[in-house]
Amino acid sequence: MPMMRPDPTFYPSPAMAMQAPPERLAYVALLNVGKNGEHDAMGVIDLDPSSSEYGRLVGQVDFGRGDNELHHFGWNACSACLCPQASHAHMERRYLIVPGIGSSRIYILDTKPNPKQPKIVKVIEPEEFIQKTGYTSPHTFHCGPDAVYGSALGSASGDGPGGIFLMDPNTFELKGQWEKDRGPQQLAYDFWWHLGHDTMITSEWGTPNMVKNGINPELLLAGKYGHKIHIWDLDKRTHLQEIDLGPEQQWVLELRPSHDPNKTYGFASVGVSLKDLSASIWMWYREEGANGKWAVRKVIEIPAEPADPESLPPLLKGFKAVPPVITDINLSLDDRFLYVSCWCTGEFIQYDVSDPANPKKTGSVHLGGIVRRAAHPSKPNQPLNGGPQMVEISRDGKRVYFTNSLYAPWDEQIYPDGLKSWMVKLDVDPKGGMKLDEKFFVEFDGLRAHQVRLDGGDASSDSYCYSEA
Amino acid sequence: MTHAQMGSTMGSTALWLMLLLGAYHGINPAMGWLFAVALGMQERKGSAVARALVPIALGHALAIGIVVLAAAFLGMALPLKAIRYPVAAILVGLGIFSLVRHYHPRWVRMRVGFRDLTLWSFLMASAHGAGLMVVPVLLGSSTVEAAEQMAGHHHMAATTPLAALLATAVHTTGYLVVTGVVAWVVYNKFGLAILRKAWLNLNLIWAVALVVTGLVTLAM
Repeated sequence: MPMMRPDPTFYPSPAMAMQAPPERLAYVALLNVGKNGEHDAMGVIDLDPSSSEYGRLVGQVDFGRGDNELHHFGWNACSACLCPQASHAHMERRYLIVPGIGSSRIYILDTKPNPKQPKIVKVIEPEEFIQKTGYTSPHTFHCGPDAVYGSALGSASGDGPGGIFLMDPNTFELKGQWEKDRGPQQLAYDFWWHLGHDTMITSEWGTPNMVKNGINPELLLAGKYGHKIHIWDLDKRTHLQEIDLGPEQQWVLELRPSHDPNKTYGFASVGVSLKDLSASIWMWYREEGANGKWAVRKVIEIPAEPADPESLPPLLKGFKAVPPVITDINLSLDDRFLYVSCWCTGEFIQYDVSDPANPKKTGSVHLGGIVRRAAHPSKPNQPLNGGPQMVEISRDGKRVYFTNSLYAPWDEQIYPDGLKSWMVKLDVDPKGGMKLDEKFFVEFDGLRAHQVRLDGGDASSDSYCYSEA
Repeated sequence: MTHAQMGSTMGSTALWLMLLLGAYHGINPAMGWLFAVALGMQERKGSAVARALVPIALGHALAIGIVVLAAAFLGMALPLKAIRYPVAAILVGLGIFSLVRHYHPRWVRMRVGFRDLTLWSFLMASAHGAGLMVVPVLLGSSTVEAAEQMAGHHHMAATTPLAALLATAVHTTGYLVVTGVVAWVVYNKFGLAILRKAWLNLNLIWAVALVVTGLVTLAM
């Protein structure tokens, strides 16, 4: 049924979205590991502090299969529907589009009429996905001004190129590959855009064949995993520029452009440097002057921590150190705080990036980690494994949530004792700093928690076309 | 053209209707003013809003002008009936289609020059059937004329190209005034928060309007 007024969860600008009411529910991708007859699921967590079920799993949608490796799902519609150039303001934020990078299957979930118990309304099977897009391993979805955009890790053979594909936000029909000219781009992972500047940014991880059997040390040491970001003309769908961070900078994963559509910078995370096992955050920005070229500079470097080889998994024993390995980052809607997950050291860091070229560390929390195994304050005697990973921020910027599972084949290598999954929440001090909520510690029985989405939108679900800054 | 000649092809009621339809098109955020406001916010300048309105109005005028001119030329060659039925059918069809599916041309670009913006406005107006919606007014006006001149046995032109141009000019004036006022008020006074409350689903109303004008055309 068409709506008479815009969906109340759509906001013209990020500043207005920060005035949104607090989230009530979180949707969490729960993935099954191994052929044990268990199924993947979408979990629903109660986030209402006044509820008796606060911080508990209150709903779970069974996916009927256990081979999907569910990753970065998104909404069918978001604030980008208010964009002026092709507005469709009367869409409804209602359906979750959930990709399986293990299976190349895509699930469409209807979060109405019962938001706590969504229903699977459509499944796109791998054969159809491959036939219509030429890609495999769909990974990330973003709702755009004209369509739902998705990224995929590889081609039908499981090698490169990976890339972007389009989906109709009404019918969920796949509309094929997005690129008209991909230039030199082969590897793919994340993507996002500067809508006000007709620019898309994409990053590089590895092809399905490079990642599905775990981290390949030979490829890694040879610098073969992704180390570039790519700049595209969002409208013409052509490759404009390749920016190489250097072959030692492995796994260029998450991309967080400034939410303000007038600004022309953003942050990309690098998992590990082969030089010293450090992890880093790079700022991309448009250079001054008329040629419109983009450039990058490293703005944060997090060093490796020396460690007793006894406490390290086989892959790392020889290095006698724990690399931080940044696996996810997220930027608050006011472009002020950047949150960084160091999955291996178990550190979660908050930076003030008001001056994006000079981030200031304003908060740090330890949870899990290869060596540290830091506990949650609600269960101080229970060592945790896994580490801060998929992070999501509330629209008002006051609450942050994260889970601890990265990617099943890699989980096994880094946490070989069997990753036990959990989700936590932090309360943010508006002046900087953050603190774990002792009442919020969700433990998942068997399944592993990955991406988190908040009902009504969050800091990585929506894009905006209007700037009020 | 003398006033009398003008009157022989378009009554003042028809002109008023043209003006009102223009105003109605102008209110729709998807049809112009919202893009102008966004460009103003992009450049942080009210003058950018005003500057955007020129190509937006031009594109709209082209979309209207082409359709009404085509109808006028067809009207010189064909009897009124022969135009009326297809126009009615297209209007009703387009209306029902827009009720089922909100279609609009693919357009991603936000960095737009004069030519882009003219083309954008032309495409948006055309895709929404803006030109078609005003054709029945012209047809209606000549039907009235025909009735008044019952004495004449010769074939009456549905409308003349000159009248079509006049209709376009009047329509565009109504459109530009409303689009400009709304853009100015939203940019300078209300801010975009108003979108969240006041952006009625005009497409729905629009679709119904298409169907109704189609049916009225049939009944003429």
